Amino acid sequence: MSEMFFDAAPNATRVAPARPLPRDYPATKPGDVYLFGTCVVDLFYPEAGLDAIRLLEREGVRVHFPDQQSCCGQPAYTSGYTDEARAVARAQLALFERDYPLVVPSGSCAGMFRHHYPALFADDPVLLARAQALAERTFELAEFLLEVCRVQWRDQGPPVAVALHTSCSARREMNTHLHVRALLDRLDNVERREHDHESECCGFGGTFCVRMPEISGAMVANKVESLERSGAARMVTADGGCLMNISGAMEKRAAGMPSEHLASFLWRRTNPAAVSQ
Amino acid sequence: MNQAARIPAVELSSRQLKANAHEALNDAQLRTNMRTAMDSLIAKRLAVMPEAEREPLRELGNHVRARALSKLPELLERLEARLTANGVQVHWAETVEEANAVVLDIARRRRARAVIKGKSMVSEEMEMNEALEAEGIESLESDMGEYIIQLDHEKPTHIIMPAIHKNARQVAKLFEQHLGEPYTEDVDELIQTGRRVLRKKFLDADIGVSGVNFAIAETGTLLLVENEGNGRMSTTVPPVHIAVTGIEKVVENLRDVVPLLSLLTRSALGQPITTYVNMISGPRKAEERDGPEEVHLVLLDNGRSQAFMDAELRQTLNCIRCGACMNHCPVYTRIGGRAYGTVYPGPIGAIISPHLVGLENAPDHPSASSLCGACGEVCPVKIPIPDILRRLREENVKPPAAASAHPLRGQGSKYSPGERSLWRMWVRLYTSPRLYRAFSFALTRLRRLTPARLGPWTLNHAPPRPASRSLHELAREHLDHDRRGADR
Repeated sequence: MSEMFFDAAPNATRVAPARPLPRDYPATKPGDVYLFGTCVVDLFYPEAGLDAIRLLEREGVRVHFPDQQSCCGQPAYTSGYTDEARAVARAQLALFERDYPLVVPSGSCAGMFRHHYPALFADDPVLLARAQALAERTFELAEFLLEVCRVQWRDQGPPVAVALHTSCSARREMNTHLHVRALLDRLDNVERREHDHESECCGFGGTFCVRMPEISGAMVANKVESLERSGAARMVTADGGCLMNISGAMEKRAAGMPSEHLASFLWRRTNPAAVSQ
Repeated sequence: MNQAARIPAVELSSRQLKANAHEALNDAQLRTNMRTAMDSLIAKRLAVMPEAEREPLRELGNHVRARALSKLPELLERLEARLTANGVQVHWAETVEEANAVVLDIARRRRARAVIKGKSMVSEEMEMNEALEAEGIESLESDMGEYIIQLDHEKPTHIIMPAIHKNARQVAKLFEQHLGEPYTEDVDELIQTGRRVLRKKFLDADIGVSGVNFAIAETGTLLLVENEGNGRMSTTVPPVHIAVTGIEKVVENLRDVVPLLSLLTRSALGQPITTYVNMISGPRKAEERDGPEEVHLVLLDNGRSQAFMDAELRQTLNCIRCGACMNHCPVYTRIGGRAYGTVYPGPIGAIISPHLVGLENAPDHPSASSLCGACGEVCPVKIPIPDILRRLREENVKPPAAASAHPLRGQGSKYSPGERSLWRMWVRLYTSPRLYRAFSFALTRLRRLTPARLGPWTLNHAPPRPASRSLHELAREHLDHDRRGADR
């Protein structure tokens, strides 16, 4: 019988990677960081990117924003266009050479740097070493503010109930839901409202939302309904893709609530000048 | 009812996943049934699998399965030797046609008129009911869920709960219509009805068919879990028992079954253990008073060896068929199993079907996922389902003739020179800062000219509105020059 297996190497069996240990965070706050803005924030939510810079600067961190940055490559990668993703990823890899932490205001892009770049460059020892080094120092914005900057804030805004949506890759690759909850819980006047099926995908999925628009549409419709049922007055999320998907669907349906990127919400709540605006 | 069983079940084409999904998404009853059922299964699993216990156990499960796969050919031969020594006849089938031929040979030799079946997804792969019925042999499903869908000429929509898409009212109507029973929505009464009809069938059957959950090489044991007792009846009452299973179901030792069984029943239904755990180690012995005279095992490949050839795709064969990935999948929950048009639906269906039927016959399956990762997170044997889905997308868009060590059947089924060149333009745009600068300038300055209809995006969303200036521009203003360089 086993003729069919003759050319299969027994050592080709993969074992699941060990469960990651809790991440070790630097004991001291670094003086400099890179910000990777992400393609969606760049063109659709640039204010959120600027608010991220402001939040970091207020913690006494110098923010570097290499002007040649563009996209992490995720859209092509998840669509199966691996060579194309690698070409774009390679261009980014060249921009963040110093050992500054890379802070990303999007959990899924942070996850792309942290988990998928090493896979993308697995066959190129030189680039792999650089990808691994970059992965090691990549942080999602909320994670960086919470665990590295250890922010101490005073909430300056009026009482408000917010619902938090966390992108699936941010949740599963970066634990962003835990970081953002912890940050929001530090704001005295902010009440975080859970919504049903909170951990369920909003239906964005990169190109999934245009490849399978009906299925994606059903998912985002349910997400909007859940958010509405929560009774929250606003929705915040740390991911530009989900934000575009959910807010775009809310606007189309004339439903839901104002929604914004976490960075903008945090900046406004903790900055007296912004609150009074 | 016999007549009903003989009508070939309607199968939707797996090529039309999107069209099938359209129908499913607009079926309000289906949507409600699925959401309710999946929510309940998610809660049940969580209740019996606290994280501290679950994660080490999943790791162990993964290791056990990986060890088995690392020596699959050897274990299969050991299994065959042990089973043969125990008096079980082992048959190898590379294709479903070969597997059906084995079953039909046995049926002819035994002059069988009626077959009673326990639940088996491999028999669904084989379309065994249809093969038997074509020879004039009645083939009746005895698992309650399978029985219900056989009455309604359907295919299973879930690998564990084949009729999960139906609610009690729909089952009540079906029983009233086909069995002439008085209408009742009382689930216990419905089950009693099914039981009564089936009991006689067990006694009359010439052959009992079952699947296998784990085939243990060390002892030559076929392990079968079930909750209704129909598995035990199917494998012990008729004079012949034929077990059918995929070649990946073998494990090395009896000891290996302990973690796998615990993972299986808890991941599937939130049960610490099933009501019945059958361990079948051979036909009736001379001094024994019951049990079948003959036991057969059909080991089916049906494309599994293709997955085996590739280190990444081989992990697909870790699967112990618990269905947890389906229960947690936001896509499966919304479109149900029927829309996939393949024997195995949901995330596991999307990664196993391309090997079983070829990517060309399941071209949309790898794309029917937002890659949210829920499936990989719950998989009891840690199959990296999202990674494999992504890999299959890559295989799907390769040029069909592209060189590959072990080309997948149907490679390049979604190959599109047009889309490929779009992505190449995307690469140019995102690797050329000057081009990107011009592009983002144009997009932000012409933001009011965004068309009201923008392909599939505006089906679900208001038209996207670019900002008036990009973050690149804002950063240029905000940051001094030396913080904007590439630092090379």
